[in-house]
Amino acid sequence: MSTETFDPQLLDYSNRPPRLPSPPNEANDRIDIPLDQRMRMYELQQELRQFEKRAYDLFMQNLVKGTSHLSLGMEAVATGFAMAMRRDDYTFATYRGHAHTLARGVPMGPVMAELLGRGTGLLGGKGGSMHLTSVEHGMMGSYAIIGAHLCIANGAAWSAQMRGSDQVTVAFFGDGTTNIGAFHEAINFAAIWKLPIVFVCENNLYMEYTPIDLVTPVEHPAADRAAAYGLERIVVDGNDADEVYDTARRLIEKARSGGGPSLVEAVTYRHGGHSRADPGKYRPKEEVDAWLQRDPLTLYHQRLLRLGVPEIELTKIAQDVARRVDEATEFAKSSPPPDPESLMTDVWADGGSSWRR
Amino acid sequence: MAEMSYRDAIAYGIAQEMRRDPRLVMLGEDIAAAGGVFKTTVGLLEQFGPDRVRDTPISEQAILGAAMGAAMTGIPVIAEIMFSDFIAVCFDILANQMAKTRYMTGGQVTVPVVIRTHNGGGARFGAQHSQSVENWCMMIPGLKVVAPSTPRDVVGLMAAAVRDPDPVVFLEHKSLLATKGEVPEGEIVDELGVAKVVREGTDCTIVALALMVPRALQAAERLAAEGISAEVIDLRSLVPLDTQTILSSVAKTGRLFTVEENPRLCGWGAEIASIVGHEAFWDLDGPVVRITTPHIPLPAAETLEDMAIPSVDRIYKEIVEVMD
Ligand SMILES: Cc1ncc(C[n+]2csc(CCOP(=O)(O)OP(=O)(O)O)c2C)c(N)n1
Ligand SMILES: [Mg+2]
Repeated sequence: MSTETFDPQLLDYSNRPPRLPSPPNEANDRIDIPLDQRMRMYELQQELRQFEKRAYDLFMQNLVKGTSHLSLGMEAVATGFAMAMRRDDYTFATYRGHAHTLARGVPMGPVMAELLGRGTGLLGGKGGSMHLTSVEHGMMGSYAIIGAHLCIANGAAWSAQMRGSDQVTVAFFGDGTTNIGAFHEAINFAAIWKLPIVFVCENNLYMEYTPIDLVTPVEHPAADRAAAYGLERIVVDGNDADEVYDTARRLIEKARSGGGPSLVEAVTYRHGGHSRADPGKYRPKEEVDAWLQRDPLTLYHQRLLRLGVPEIELTKIAQDVARRVDEATEFAKSSPPPDPESLMTDVWADGGSSWRR
Repeated sequence: MAEMSYRDAIAYGIAQEMRRDPRLVMLGEDIAAAGGVFKTTVGLLEQFGPDRVRDTPISEQAILGAAMGAAMTGIPVIAEIMFSDFIAVCFDILANQMAKTRYMTGGQVTVPVVIRTHNGGGARFGAQHSQSVENWCMMIPGLKVVAPSTPRDVVGLMAAAVRDPDPVVFLEHKSLLATKGEVPEGEIVDELGVAKVVREGTDCTIVALALMVPRALQAAERLAAEGISAEVIDLRSLVPLDTQTILSSVAKTGRLFTVEENPRLCGWGAEIASIVGHEAFWDLDGPVVRITTPHIPLPAAETLEDMAIPSVDRIYKEIVEVMD
């Protein structure tokens, strides 16, 4: 494109035709899930939502430094998968990993403290928002270099296979990640070694600030590539926790029983920008509005009402979560910064950082 | 005591560790059925079976990633990257993932992986299959780096690398594969970060690594004929770095030369020169001199490659020149 003919309008992505969501599927009310579990899924989505809203506020107050990538609007994916996982299964996530961490049962306080860079943080303040990890909860890490963790997740699945432990690994990644080599290496590798792993693409339609369809030659960046690795093409509604859960339990069971890997694409949308204070102005307004209408929490709320749950019960859940988010915030805010000694610890397994003798 | 080639010592050293630790597995391209493109893993598939010795696709990131993921969940792994130049293809997993994960998770994750790779020049393979990349590895906090120069050290350092709970890059020199040496019977286990004085001397200290060690020894022989008594140190390990052995040798000789196969800039010798310049300045009787490959990609033609990598002749001449 020469500079004379260059039209800046073409690169204003907010003028592109919106990519609108399909209508919610009420038939999913009939997916076979016990009501008490559905109540827990509602509560978990509330936890993820309210925690991250608070994280955003704290970022705007300059209490969360650096960066943070929120999954507001994408809670149904983390919820559906976490609910289908066994306690000792492994999660691998990206820098957009708050929700996946909390969904595995990691308490809010240390996670919030980590975002605030406090000594009581989940990683003692050494990891930050993008590297949340809690091995004891099966949360094997949040990784911030696109693609790498898919290869690493394979290793955990391989290890489970060798140990005969029946554990399944679930690795989450974005739509944009399907265009890096490591993604293709990882899927191929998992397929030929029949690893017990589920790869979950959270397709939120954008890689950072660029619409995914502008940089990907197929409509479904993950699902449409599955055939190349001999895998089933699976697309789910990533804003419907029950649909995600239903697929998750099938694929996890398949992996656990020796059926090998799966690749699933959950179509969803982030309510906010990519990270930090990004207002996401590169998205058509009509598109954002339509997806806000199709909020996973609103959908789930409506489903539970349809299933006969009284509104007051849902309100109580939301209020209880709000109280716990307040407590976590207080815990984090009142925690001291990391011990200065910790700067030089844990480079090596002996706990130190010495490179000479 | 048995004489063994450096090449055979690699499989021998791995086998020692595979027998000791039944969890230990290995993976890499062509390492199983074919025994490795350099025949450094011959016989391991037969001894330990296809579940423990696995061929992979040409996917360096997938190889190192799988090694890391298995290691952090309880299975120690030896991964092979065929040529060390290929580390560039999976540098992210090495430099950003394996090396940093322990620190950034507050010590939650341990990564017992050995990354074996065939390093160095002399085989006329040209610029993309010949480079000495020890400086790529040494500069990364969280990685240990070793490079044996003899069959015996291959076995001892392999054991040390496998038993170390941190990621270790194990550099096997292509031009040493055919060399032979004595390997004592029984289990051999070395310690990482211990250099060896392989020739004692009083006039100058020569520090060398891998292929440069036999060359430094030959140069020292010729220097002796000139009346110069050179002490030669086989560094063996870059991280941890045995500065004690170097500093005490320099305290005795007052002169320091490094012989490095890596391209000049940021070679390990620069780090050693800086440590000695800082901590042993008053022991020095003259400038520290680095004898290195020039800062160029390696050429293929034998005459050119031989000019580039420090030869016995060049080591001898550069030392004689400044010692006069
Ligand atoms: C190798 C690499 N390249 C670029 C980046 C910078 N980066 C961070 S997030 C991101 C977009 C990723 O998009 P996607 O995979 O769709 O995930 P999402 O952020 O939408 O969850 C980019 C380009 C990176 N972290 N790593
Ligand atoms: Mg995306």
